[in-house]
Amino acid sequence: MSIILTQSFTGISIGAVLLLIALGLSLTFGQMGVINMAHGEFIMAGAYTVYLLQGPLSSAGMSLLVALPTAFLVAGAMGVLLEWLLIRRLYARPLDTLLVTWGVSLMLQQLARDLFGAPNVHTEIPGWLSGRVTVIGGDDPLTLTHARLFILALALAAVVALTLALRLTPLGRRIRAVVQHRDLAEASGIATARVDRITFFIGSGLAGLAGVALTLVGPIGPTMGTNVIIDAFLVVVVGGIGQLRGAVIAAFALGVLQAVMEYSTTVSVARVTVLIAIVAFLQWRPQGIYTLRTRSLA
Amino acid sequence: MTTAPLNDLEISGLRVTFDGFTAVDGVSLRVGPGDLRFLIGPNGAGKTTLVDAVTGLAPATGSVRFGPEELLGRPVHRIARLGIGRTFQTATVFEQLTVLQNLDIAAGAGRGPHTLLRRRRGIPDEVARALDAVGLTAVRDRPAGTLAHGQKQWLEIGMLLVQDVQLMLLDEPVAGMSHEEREHTGQLLRRIGRDRTIVVIEHDMDFMRTFATSVTVLHAGRVLSEGTVAEVRADPRVQEVYLGETAAPAGAEVEA
Amino acid sequence: MTDFLHRRRAPAGYALAAVLLFALAPLLLSDFRLGQFARYLCIAIVAVGIALAWGRGGMLVLGQGLFFGVGGYAMAMHMKLADAGPGGLPDFMLLYGTADALPWWWEPFRSPAVALAAVLLLPMGLAAVIGWFVFRRRVRGAYFAILSQALAAAFAILLIGQQATTGGSNGLTDFQGFFGYSLLDPVNRRTVYFVIAATLLALMLLTRQIFHSRYGELLVAVRDAEERVRFLGYDPALVKLAAYVASAGMAGVAGALFVPAVGIISPALIGIVPSIQFVIGAAIGGRASVVGVVLGAIAVAWAQTVLSEEFPSAWTYFQGGLFVVVIAFLPGGIASLWQLATRRRARTEAVTAA
Repeated sequence: MSIILTQSFTGISIGAVLLLIALGLSLTFGQMGVINMAHGEFIMAGAYTVYLLQGPLSSAGMSLLVALPTAFLVAGAMGVLLEWLLIRRLYARPLDTLLVTWGVSLMLQQLARDLFGAPNVHTEIPGWLSGRVTVIGGDDPLTLTHARLFILALALAAVVALTLALRLTPLGRRIRAVVQHRDLAEASGIATARVDRITFFIGSGLAGLAGVALTLVGPIGPTMGTNVIIDAFLVVVVGGIGQLRGAVIAAFALGVLQAVMEYSTTVSVARVTVLIAIVAFLQWRPQGIYTLRTRSLA
Repeated sequence: MTTAPLNDLEISGLRVTFDGFTAVDGVSLRVGPGDLRFLIGPNGAGKTTLVDAVTGLAPATGSVRFGPEELLGRPVHRIARLGIGRTFQTATVFEQLTVLQNLDIAAGAGRGPHTLLRRRRGIPDEVARALDAVGLTAVRDRPAGTLAHGQKQWLEIGMLLVQDVQLMLLDEPVAGMSHEEREHTGQLLRRIGRDRTIVVIEHDMDFMRTFATSVTVLHAGRVLSEGTVAEVRADPRVQEVYLGETAAPAGAEVEA
Repeated sequence: MTDFLHRRRAPAGYALAAVLLFALAPLLLSDFRLGQFARYLCIAIVAVGIALAWGRGGMLVLGQGLFFGVGGYAMAMHMKLADAGPGGLPDFMLLYGTADALPWWWEPFRSPAVALAAVLLLPMGLAAVIGWFVFRRRVRGAYFAILSQALAAAFAILLIGQQATTGGSNGLTDFQGFFGYSLLDPVNRRTVYFVIAATLLALMLLTRQIFHSRYGELLVAVRDAEERVRFLGYDPALVKLAAYVASAGMAGVAGALFVPAVGIISPALIGIVPSIQFVIGAAIGGRASVVGVVLGAIAVAWAQTVLSEEFPSAWTYFQGGLFVVVIAFLPGGIASLWQLATRRRARTEAVTAA
């Protein structure tokens, strides 16, 4: 019983990281249909933002808090630049977008190598995040690090903020209108190009936030983006296009599955099993957990 | 397939529902060989959905039989292999391939791996006949994407001919065509309809009056009226649907 | 019209390629350089399969490393066992000392016949299973690309995790012989080169034949309007499956030939990055042209060896930048420049799959 509970908590904490890295993608890939392989490098940019800020801001806690909005802006700006330079020319060719952004990701990785060196760098974790809380006491206590709880809180806060923004603000309504019917939205006087750019800014900015969070649980390096990008895409694929709640459910489900499998087998077998589970799941629901239903089929 | 007996299309109690919206609500109709049946009705009457259901694109309940075969529940390509073909509102042809290649592919669903893996030599007879029938022989080596709108529609009909379909479902085949092209298409349908069953969805009432042998009027997912062109035109319910509340004088032109 | 030009030009082109591969390259290149060239040709074989699946079939196969790896490991396992002699254990297993007996799934690879069959049939069988599940449920486009990439990544991770039986991240290496011939002898290494060159040329001709066959036309139809093809009585899943399985077979053969030519197979050669690099070469050369993908693959692999030794950082920017520019602004690749030069009209016709 306690083992299942422990693994579920581990899974939720893996899921929170997955959710955070996938959240931006669920906007750009899920809502706009853009397959941005450089999303992983935006995450990396967020992580290096923390690293850079730790120099001038001597307090680790302060630099983390300053890094959150800064990383959002940095990654968001990179996203807008990418959208403006390349992606907007390729909206009709989604698979080519994938390849082009992979080329961009290659260059950004090299840029990181040239600027910060190939080896991983580490950041200091603020004191108030380095402790543990005991969830269940007893002989086999279940504890969670403050860092993991912080990531969970950050992921949930981002989901809530994004949901509210999409539901309640005029901009959110425009984004949803463009997603559901681009031509009609354009005909109704919505500047779709501008909406695309803002959507891409927010989606890429969320990658920056994810990068900040990742510094709490692992090293920062030029290849960190490549390591997480596939997982992020799989979360969106399983969650279903155009639905945030699908991504939330998928992230936690995959996290728990990964944790349980890791416990009963090895890390590598767990990864393969999770992947096979995803393929099996797509047999059952090829469009993911949630789909936008339309009449257009052919 | 040419020797297959001519079959009736028999639809009974057909219902198609999308997310709680019933697009086709218990339609029953029967179309026999040699008939040129026009399916008319206002937008949203369920015409295209009905064709989608018959060809396996939209899941439906009820029954659709073509001769001895029940069609509902079969995948699209299996229904096509029973000799049932359709066209689409916007002509859908393989734009990168030539007219000839388009027709050759349409002719080949039954080909084995051996034939498939070899190059096409010359023009198969049925393809040559179809090219001639739809009048595209002169442009057979042009990429289908460069054809004029009307020519694409004819190419689609030509593809149905080489498929040797027994039941042809045409979705607005003359939309966007000039008067001469409509005339040409109508004559073509008459000719090929002699030994086939043809169902045409059309908004063009002149075209319908000239070429329909029978008409079914759909409204809000149900059959509103059925009969010859004259019978349907005389039906007050049809006039009401097409003309709205305004009471039309008897014998008024039915217009879309 | 371009088709007509192709027909007259092609035999001359292939004859030229044969002269280059079988006469000029062995004459002009040192043993060392010829060995490197053999490696590029293996990558070109993978690219030919990519031209079929992606260029013609529209399936963006981002995970060819999986099939390359399966073919490579099948061959490498046999070579390890042959080196170890009858009843012997591969050296790395003795080194780690973790495996007392040969794992059961290694045993069949003692037989050269089984190993040769496995090189082709394992990747094709695997692709058939994956493709059947994926295409039948109409998973396509980006979903398919990401899924295939994830499969290649998972395979690499699995290999790394099972160090005792797969060599882990070191892979399998230090081969002495290839079907009884010593790989230390330069003459035998030349023979390996000739086998690779002949295989490449044969697969190019085979793929060209497929492109010009009725199946090739059907594949374009499925690529451009999959749903429409259903209404003609075809099952597009089977049409795509055939091309996917064929491309997997080619990747498997390439992986198997890579092992004696280069002397190693390891997870780093089959994961996400090498899988995408297979596609890069094909894309730069021209995804839908057999000659284009081969030249592209060889050129990119060659440039990588030459430039990345001298300027590792500049090379990465160059590779990424070239890829971006070609895909975004010249989707037909270098091959479309050729067509552009010979015939301006080609600009409209060289449009490739979305």
